[in-house]
Amino acid sequence: MGSQGGFYQSKEFLDLVKSIGEARSKAEEDRIVLSEIETLKRRISEPDTPKRKMKEYIIRLVYVEMLGHDASFGYIHAVKMTHDDTLLVKRTGYLAVTLFLNEDHDLIILIVNTIQKDLKSDNYLVVCVALNAVCKLINEETIPAVLPQIVELLAHPKEAVRKKAIMALYRFYQKSPSSVSHLVSNFRKRLCDNDPGVMGATLCPLFDLITNDVNSYKDLVISFVSILKQVAERRLPKAYDYHQMPAPFIQIKLLKILALLGSGDKQASENMYTVVGDIFRKCDSSSNIGNAVLYECICCVSSIYPNPKLLESAADAISRFLKSDSHNLKYMGIDALGRLIKISPEIAEQHQLAVIDCLEDPDDTLKRKTFELLYKMTKSTNVEVIVDRMIDYMISINDNHYKTEIASRCVELAEQFAPSNQWFIQTMNKVFEHAGDLVNIKVAHNLMRLIAEGFGEDDNTADSQLRSSAVESYLYILGEPKLPSVFLQVICWVLGEYGTADGKYSASYITGKLCDVAEAYSNDETVKAYAVTALMKIYAFEIAAGRMVDMLPECHSLMEEFLASHSTDLQQRAYELQAVIGLDAHAVESIMPSDASCEDIEVDKALSFLNGYIQESIEKGAQPYIPESERSGMLNISNFRNQDHHEASSHGLRFEAYELPKQTVQARIPPASLASTELVPVPEPVYPRESYQTTTVPSVSSDAASTELKLRLDGVQKKWGRQTHFPSTSTSNSTSQKTVNGITQVDGSNTANSRTRETYDSRKQVEISPEKQKLAASLFGGPSKTEKKSATGHKSSKPSSHMVKSHAPKSSMEVASEKTSPVQQPPDLLDFGEPTVKSTAPSLDPFKDLEGLLEPTTQVSSAVNHSSTAAVTKSPDIMGLYTETPAGAHHKDSDILSGLSNSPMTNMVGGTTTMQVAQSSKSPNLKDSLEKDALVRQMGVTPSSQNPNLFKDLLG
Amino acid sequence: MIHFVLLISRQGKVRLTKWYSAYSQKERTKVIRELSGLILTRGPKLCNFVEWRGLRVVYKRYASLYFCMCIDEDDNELEILEIIHHYVEVLDRYFGSVCELDLIYNFHKAYFILDELLIAGELQEPSKRTVARLVAAQDSLVETAKEQTSSITNIIAQAAK
Repeated sequence: MGSQGGFYQSKEFLDLVKSIGEARSKAEEDRIVLSEIETLKRRISEPDTPKRKMKEYIIRLVYVEMLGHDASFGYIHAVKMTHDDTLLVKRTGYLAVTLFLNEDHDLIILIVNTIQKDLKSDNYLVVCVALNAVCKLINEETIPAVLPQIVELLAHPKEAVRKKAIMALYRFYQKSPSSVSHLVSNFRKRLCDNDPGVMGATLCPLFDLITNDVNSYKDLVISFVSILKQVAERRLPKAYDYHQMPAPFIQIKLLKILALLGSGDKQASENMYTVVGDIFRKCDSSSNIGNAVLYECICCVSSIYPNPKLLESAADAISRFLKSDSHNLKYMGIDALGRLIKISPEIAEQHQLAVIDCLEDPDDTLKRKTFELLYKMTKSTNVEVIVDRMIDYMISINDNHYKTEIASRCVELAEQFAPSNQWFIQTMNKVFEHAGDLVNIKVAHNLMRLIAEGFGEDDNTADSQLRSSAVESYLYILGEPKLPSVFLQVICWVLGEYGTADGKYSASYITGKLCDVAEAYSNDETVKAYAVTALMKIYAFEIAAGRMVDMLPECHSLMEEFLASHSTDLQQRAYELQAVIGLDAHAVESIMPSDASCEDIEVDKALSFLNGYIQESIEKGAQPYIPESERSGMLNISNFRNQDHHEASSHGLRFEAYELPKQTVQARIPPASLASTELVPVPEPVYPRESYQTTTVPSVSSDAASTELKLRLDGVQKKWGRQTHFPSTSTSNSTSQKTVNGITQVDGSNTANSRTRETYDSRKQVEISPEKQKLAASLFGGPSKTEKKSATGHKSSKPSSHMVKSHAPKSSMEVASEKTSPVQQPPDLLDFGEPTVKSTAPSLDPFKDLEGLLEPTTQVSSAVNHSSTAAVTKSPDIMGLYTETPAGAHHKDSDILSGLSNSPMTNMVGGTTTMQVAQSSKSPNLKDSLEKDALVRQMGVTPSSQNPNLFKDLLG
Repeated sequence: MIHFVLLISRQGKVRLTKWYSAYSQKERTKVIRELSGLILTRGPKLCNFVEWRGLRVVYKRYASLYFCMCIDEDDNELEILEIIHHYVEVLDRYFGSVCELDLIYNFHKAYFILDELLIAGELQEPSKRTVARLVAAQDSLVETAKEQTSSITNIIAQAAK
């Protein structure tokens, strides 16, 4: 068939297409299209246009709309065209309406009737065309109108019709699961259809159904496996072959389904092993489609109950992907790796160079995928490197969507794995500085809380040190010309709260800075409000300390301005400030106590102090108070919050809204029971998705953060309400600010709680840690030093200064901290709390780390053989150590530590050398750097076997 | 699930758009503008996938035409690449070594074929032969219908049963 013009279009149309094709500019194209629209508007509404002409007009309309212009004036004609008797015309009409209309368009209702008629047609082609339209156009309200016919068509003699009917039903299921819930069994039935096309189509709805409810479909495992087996054995007609692969699209669908069914189910998974193994073997990895199936196999294997042999095949396939020259395959390899490391973390080990390559790749897609992988691999040992990298990348891109995502990932990782609060604050500063307007406000609240709370320990020195360093860094950052509003809020708050706390800065200096902020960002009311309150705090602290308050002139003028501000909030703050300044020291101290942001505010929620008054009033004949929930026609607000967000997201609310009044009038159902009637979409969904947001946020910390968010919104009561969600804060007095503990636990790997949790996790994750360290070594001079040292030391997850100290917990702590102080002052103070309080937790950790390291160590070092022979001989020793006394790990560990403490100096030397190598490896071209990286890796790994001599060898 | 299919020429001219998820006309224009900026500028050796608003767009270039499909994050990108190829093969078979001009002038045919291949954002028919047969059946019916006067269409419809 045809070349151009072979399809009965008029010359006019051909000319149109041609002239648009030749248009030199967008403006010219637009001009042509606009004049075409005018022509069409005129012609299309002429009476008695012949059908063929009309059909062409409609196609021209489609064309116009495809070019991005509005053709809505012709929609009604397209709808009319679907009424036509001739398939020729009807088909074009349907095509046009499916292209023009979305399911919520007003004209849909006009088409439903036609569709109903066409579904009954005895020409299967007409039915097919109508079914295409059903899939696109039928919306929730009109489903009942066509549903019976669709069900009938499931048994149509023509397979094309059955297939489309299945898909239509599937579409209904997607749009409104409840409307077709009674028909779900049809999908099962159609799975046994003797046409492979129909069977293949059934897999789509089944996949969705199984995703939602795995357990009801476990019985189908055998069927799916046998279908997959038959497909793989080429039992399907040749027509389904695609590039010599037997029905690959069906295979992929089936593998996806098996992955769901086998997830966490050993018995079901065992049925699958053979067939998946077969597919692994049969897949042709030279063709793209073969690789598509292979990739799906890997996904399946990493989802079902692990099988060593399959995991091995999967690992092989991944390494083939990663080694391939094709970027597509690398991309898939990285993705697959991200899936597989969850089960066998050690496989990342062998692919580290490939991963680094991908990270360095100019292709953004690949880079982002790699970041995703790194994100999955992050733990306390490598968080610094990874987050640094992410932030660098975040700074370099303009795509706000991705920027937001990567910023929130940085925040999440930092909150979860931060090695120190110091680092956490610095990281947050960077994130705020570069993506401040994109991150959630709750992150800012988190940060403030962290600074206020400190470690959550009784170590006031460290806390104040932390605050001073925060103040310092903020004063420095304020020099930047333009900062995001959220960040400024944090800065103002911290300066107000702690600006003068350590006495380093005078009140006038800090207030001057705050005034600058308020002036520089004069169109940001929130920032101004924060600034005023901060000013008030500073002055209050000054007064309380008995010093004379001397308001700066610019501050005076600022106050003048705010007192007359249009914003009532600003006004009030300004008046409050004025009032506070007029008070005496004692009064000020009680309203504005210093560093009391974490103190509990007692609120008598029941308002019991009013009891007497109420009693009195009732005696005088007043009406008693009826609780909100008992008043008719109203639902308890708190109930909405508890709503499952799943329910909230169900979309049938407009439907059911009419039923509600009846329900409430009939019987005063307590709100609780309302909430539980899940099947009937209750009107709660209408309410803002407060709870929805909370539940979707994954990490504990952000959960806590959202509490904070609510704090601000709803006042004190709310905090208490949420408290129950934090069982981890067992020690808390169940007051609002204690909730914050949830945070501190997560942020700092410093607290005992998180430490142990990490250790718990470490079994799973630690195996890749050497991998990451090497990666770090090759990527970063600075952080790699940290990593290296940690490797040299006892492999704990502390940053540099921690390391050095923990090498010699026995010998002398003071010496260690002295040594570190020149390197970096603040952190070593931070660390103070650690060796004393937490010595047991970290001592557990490194041991597990060691255990995890042993394997890779021997592997790598034997491959390298020359310089690292010492390591080879050494590592089994530790293995022996470990296996000898697995129970007495605690004890043994301290032995190792003491052994280590003998040579902290050598460790230091070793650490610095590696750093140098690492740094130099960064500068030259990639190949060189990779080679160097390999070198660094040896060193990176071997020190974990605690042989400082190695470095001597290397140094000559 | 496939959210939409786009055919864009190297110059950024739209040759075909099919939306399986709801996008308003305004959004559509924006999507097309954004994606052509994103895809047409990519070098030849890079991935055939781009990340876009939390979704993936898989594209493949055939001569001067880019075939793009937008999918969910957890879909199999390689498979989509093959679905694109599958579509191109069917087009090729239908038009007889298809070229951009065929699609420019007969875009509605390309739509009809696409409708037999994809439905509701899923691949409905993995067999090229079946697709070709269905499209041919419709066409031949159209041909016959053309020759007849519309008054006897009903008879034809019955005959085709």
